[in-house]
Amino acid sequence: MTLFFHELRRNRTSLIIWTSVIAFMLAVCVFIYPEMKGQMSEMTDMFSDMGNFTAAFGMDELNFGEFMGYFGVECGNVLGLGGVLFASILGISALSKEEKDKTAEFLLTHPVSRVKVTVSKLISVIVQIFILNFCVMAVTFLSVAVIGEEADIKTMLLLFFAYFLLQIEIGGITFGISAFLNSGSLAVGFGVGIMAYFINIISNLTEELEFIKYITPFSFTEGGYIVNNRALEWKYILVGAAMLTASLVTGFIKYNRKDIV
Amino acid sequence: MKAINTEHLTKYYGSKRGIVDVSLSVDKGDFFGFIGPNGAGKSTTIRTLLGLICPTSGSASVLGKDIIKDKTRVLASVGYMPSESSFYGTMKVKDLIAFSAKMRGIDCSVEAKKLCERLELDTERRVNELSFGNRKKVSIVCALQHNPELYILDEPTSGLDPLMQREFYAILRERNDNGATVFLSSHVLSEVSRYCKSAAVIREGRILVSDKVEKLGHTGVKRISLRTPAELPEIEGIKDIKRENENINFLYSGDIKALISELGRLPFEDINIADPDLEEVFIHYYAKEDN
Repeated sequence: MTLFFHELRRNRTSLIIWTSVIAFMLAVCVFIYPEMKGQMSEMTDMFSDMGNFTAAFGMDELNFGEFMGYFGVECGNVLGLGGVLFASILGISALSKEEKDKTAEFLLTHPVSRVKVTVSKLISVIVQIFILNFCVMAVTFLSVAVIGEEADIKTMLLLFFAYFLLQIEIGGITFGISAFLNSGSLAVGFGVGIMAYFINIISNLTEELEFIKYITPFSFTEGGYIVNNRALEWKYILVGAAMLTASLVTGFIKYNRKDIV
Repeated sequence: MKAINTEHLTKYYGSKRGIVDVSLSVDKGDFFGFIGPNGAGKSTTIRTLLGLICPTSGSASVLGKDIIKDKTRVLASVGYMPSESSFYGTMKVKDLIAFSAKMRGIDCSVEAKKLCERLELDTERRVNELSFGNRKKVSIVCALQHNPELYILDEPTSGLDPLMQREFYAILRERNDNGATVFLSSHVLSEVSRYCKSAAVIREGRILVSDKVEKLGHTGVKRISLRTPAELPEIEGIKDIKRENENINFLYSGDIKALISELGRLPFEDINIADPDLEEVFIHYYAKEDN
């Protein structure tokens, strides 16, 4: 537990900043909804004229005139991208930062096995992602209550859960990759997050490319499907879980045998 | 039971040599010096003993425990001080020292306080505000606060001022007198000859010699100083000749009677024959044979 709490303390400032920024932006999106509601029918018409562009961002299946339709898209833009960037930074730095900062030697010469070090760091990544999502969700529900909109609680919870899973997936995959790196690696982390985002956009453009949805965790968070079906697409989540497990197991094996030079 | 025992320990980084066939034996209670030039393999040996790197072949045990199978138990009995200390920069010194103790699962606060006082370490400052020497002191406290059975110290005194070096060695001597084993790598040959009971020399990844320090001095080589206006004749076994005006200084290994008989033919005014000092012996091992 010592290392787990140490990790939380080290990342405290970063967690507070990312949580505040994402929560603030999502709250702003909620607060401007009443003002935008009147213009939504025009916007829905505008988006329907944009063909593939609308589909690419998953807006073709959502009704912007309703709060849940609006929230499904905005939530995706803010919590999806923001959360994924946060998770990828956390994951990619978890193990490699110790080597980059030369603190790995200090840490690993204490009587703690590398497996325990890796598990403590992984749990710390998961807990930080949970804290961010919990706080963002609390602020969002509060904002919705303030503007007096009637939201579908179950769908909103499903959306938040889907974004939590997305971030866990990206955090876990970058965590596994970080076991292979020993120097500055933020670019790799961002790269994984951004690539997953664009793979999802491309997969929405044409049905022929839909199979690539299986390799991006952004497929968990399709607002259109979740809002319309009040359910998650488990086929994508299960494949994601398998990819996450493979990445973590590979990372654990690598880090356990790695030379710290 | 040996404090450290390695058998044919070898480490290659890809095709690059780390250490080759290193067989070392350090007795419990010894004060052992591990010396060698830069890149000789000192740190690779130490890092292998601590499980930071995996050996390519060979085996090693620390305090009777295998360094791979019993790594965690080995680390619990060892206090390690790296040559360059890097810590979590934003932490306060006192928090870092407490974190290190917690990672060992023991309360070392009393011993840590004593060490900080002896080393005059300000524990309220943040690590990234410390000078190199003060970071070294933090490293000493982290390595010593849990009173380990074995101290593995990689160039421990670099960056410490002479008074602190003396205090540091005083602490190590106390620990050694109480039965702990000290294994230190150093470039400061005078330190090794002054404090160590045994020493090993490593060069190009291989152990050249390992013995009691007093035995290492008896190499059969003599340092000869001679004052003569004449040229030195060709004598087998002479090397490292230095000439300054009429003073000639050289090392000789061989039959001393034969040397005196040869030198007797020279018109010399003064002669001195002595064992070379330990530093000179170490330098002799440091230097490549072809030099």
